[in-house]
Amino acid sequence: MDLLTIIINGLSIGGIYAMIALGYTMVYGIAKMLNFAHGDIIMVGAYTVVLLFTTSPTVGIISALVLCVLVGIIVEKAAYRPLRGASPLAVLITAIGVSKLLQSAAQIFIGSEPKGLTLNLGEIRLGSLHISVLTLLTILISVAVMAGLTLFVKYTKMGRAMVAVSEDRGAAQLMGINVNSVITVTFIIGSALAALAGVFLLFKSQSVDSTFGAMPGIKAFAAAVIGGIGSIPGAMVGGVVLGFIEAIFAATPLRDYVDAIEFAILIIVLLVKPTGILGKKRREKV
Amino acid sequence: MNKKEKFFSVMKKVGTGAQKFSKNYLNYTVILAVMLVFTIFALATPMKDSTALLFQKITVAVILAVSLNFVVGFLGELSLGHAGFMAVGAFLGGKLSTILVNALGANSTNIFILILSLVLGAVCAAVCGVVVGFAALRLRGDYLAIVTLAFGEIVRVVFINSSYDNAINKINATKLPEFIKNFFAKILELLDFGGALGLQSPSFPKKKMYILVIIGFLLILFTLFVIQNILKSKTGRAITAIRDNEIAAKAMGIDVTKHKLMVFVISAAFAGMAGVLFSYANKPVSASSFGYNYSIEILIMVVLGGMGSINGSIISASLITILNEFLSKKLTGDNAIYKDLFYAVILILVIIYNNAPALKNLREKLNLKNLVGKLFNKIFKRKPNPSSVASDAARWDVVPTKIEMNEVLSTDVVIDYTGENSADIDERGGSDNGKEN
Repeated sequence: MDLLTIIINGLSIGGIYAMIALGYTMVYGIAKMLNFAHGDIIMVGAYTVVLLFTTSPTVGIISALVLCVLVGIIVEKAAYRPLRGASPLAVLITAIGVSKLLQSAAQIFIGSEPKGLTLNLGEIRLGSLHISVLTLLTILISVAVMAGLTLFVKYTKMGRAMVAVSEDRGAAQLMGINVNSVITVTFIIGSALAALAGVFLLFKSQSVDSTFGAMPGIKAFAAAVIGGIGSIPGAMVGGVVLGFIEAIFAATPLRDYVDAIEFAILIIVLLVKPTGILGKKRREKV
Repeated sequence: MNKKEKFFSVMKKVGTGAQKFSKNYLNYTVILAVMLVFTIFALATPMKDSTALLFQKITVAVILAVSLNFVVGFLGELSLGHAGFMAVGAFLGGKLSTILVNALGANSTNIFILILSLVLGAVCAAVCGVVVGFAALRLRGDYLAIVTLAFGEIVRVVFINSSYDNAINKINATKLPEFIKNFFAKILELLDFGGALGLQSPSFPKKKMYILVIIGFLLILFTLFVIQNILKSKTGRAITAIRDNEIAAKAMGIDVTKHKLMVFVISAAFAGMAGVLFSYANKPVSASSFGYNYSIEILIMVVLGGMGSINGSIISASLITILNEFLSKKLTGDNAIYKDLFYAVILILVIIYNNAPALKNLREKLNLKNLVGKLFNKIFKRKPNPSSVASDAARWDVVPTKIEMNEVLSTDVVIDYTGENSADIDERGGSDNGKEN
């Protein structure tokens, strides 16, 4: 594989990871919790697309978005909201429970057989280089989504409210911000991003089962941590870094060990610079 | 009247004696009793293979749950990689027993080889525990949970790709001198853990499984002996002090580094032993059984049994294993999935019930300990004793977590090396959570 192919592959995988990582980082920054069920929202999105793609691709993708957002809202209201103010460890274990619940629910409703879907949009040829349109589309859409999200957080009222809640929930509430609705909006955005990522992951791997989202979810969390959790540009950087690592090692004999290498890099980053590449330094109050 | 008073005073004495006994020796006694009953049954009547296997699974689960509780419930750090330590024990201990059984031509039920591989499995897992423990010194809360999860995944990926048949063939095809070829082949043979197919470890035949169960019971007793005695000692109080407030513990002169490392190493060593037991009961030992899901299953046992309660872990590990076996018999085929759904729902409900701030009054009303205590006081006309020391178990609504989440959502691309932006927080008094910890 030549260098340019590796770069393009890295960007497309990285774009998907970045979209998932954004969901993690926003929920972590605002609701102060590690949403372990985020990866399974990806699975919900991918399943919806697979089941509805034959009727109409547009309907499939739109209903995936809607369903993921609904699942995100329900999970937040039913499982996480009662625990607001409780020990973070309890919330974390609940999130693990929600993740298991979504996985087994998917198995019950859809079956444990993997469902497949192949989509070929052709490829573009530039000299000796062959790029599939899907890969290009993945890169373009992920870049657009990230740019849109950055603008949203920077310039809209809701975006500023998000930053405020993340910095000091109490003070934000005193300023008249409805913290509950801000957290709900965060979950909506995160779930919509997860749905999009699920669609692209599905087109890439061409089959989906109930644990489809678990590994990409954990890896995207690793990306968010590598980039610096809480930081929106950090999530993008981390996602792209992880995507490149994956693309580079896929071209070497070490490809079977790529998961182990990624997690090893995560551990090293956490030990050397726990705040990640772009993360803010944390303060500990006594 | 006099007689009645005498009777009550005797009863009171019996009560306090029983309390003392139940606090210190009850679990040893119960486990010994179960073990004796099991041994008698196994020797007297031909035991069903499935029963022996169920008991074997229970012993492994209890050791795992108790050792995980030592980290999660008493040190207050979440570990999501307990199955990783178990895998290290299962593969390295299993490999040693494979080599020894083949080399000595011994029977697979040779107790001496089993003990040797238990020791090796424990030592190797403990070494991994040191590595993760060092991460625990720098990180806490969610970050540490992620590191332990990553550790578990690394272990799984390494063992699943550990088949070296191709490499040996490649070396044999080269034109290297014979002795170098042999040398490489020997090394690769040592490193060959069977890959995706699993390690063909020596295992107890089904008729002799009861011996493994008895060894498992003895190991549970050993685990309890070590962990409970540590918890009762000065070291144990230091560990719970670190859980409740690390900074205060440091100020009291407690060596946080030493204690954290110690807890991780001991917990990992016992998980490694459980892994060796597992490798003796399952053939082949497949790396895919030690994934993230298995770690979560152990965590569920600890959470449902009560974090910081050793007896709770023993009971819930046994019950969940029995329930698992029962459900997987009842729910065959596609219905088997309902088991996972059931556990997920129970886990969420238990956590919400135990932790939701809105349910605090309900919890206090329905607290079993309080209800039993009230009943006890009514029967024996005892006044509640205000000076009694509160239970040492972790109280979730108060402390036992060091997860401190100050990460702030930001859109800045400037790398913040100095932390000057948060100088205002400094003034309120705070220490840097960076490298010097």
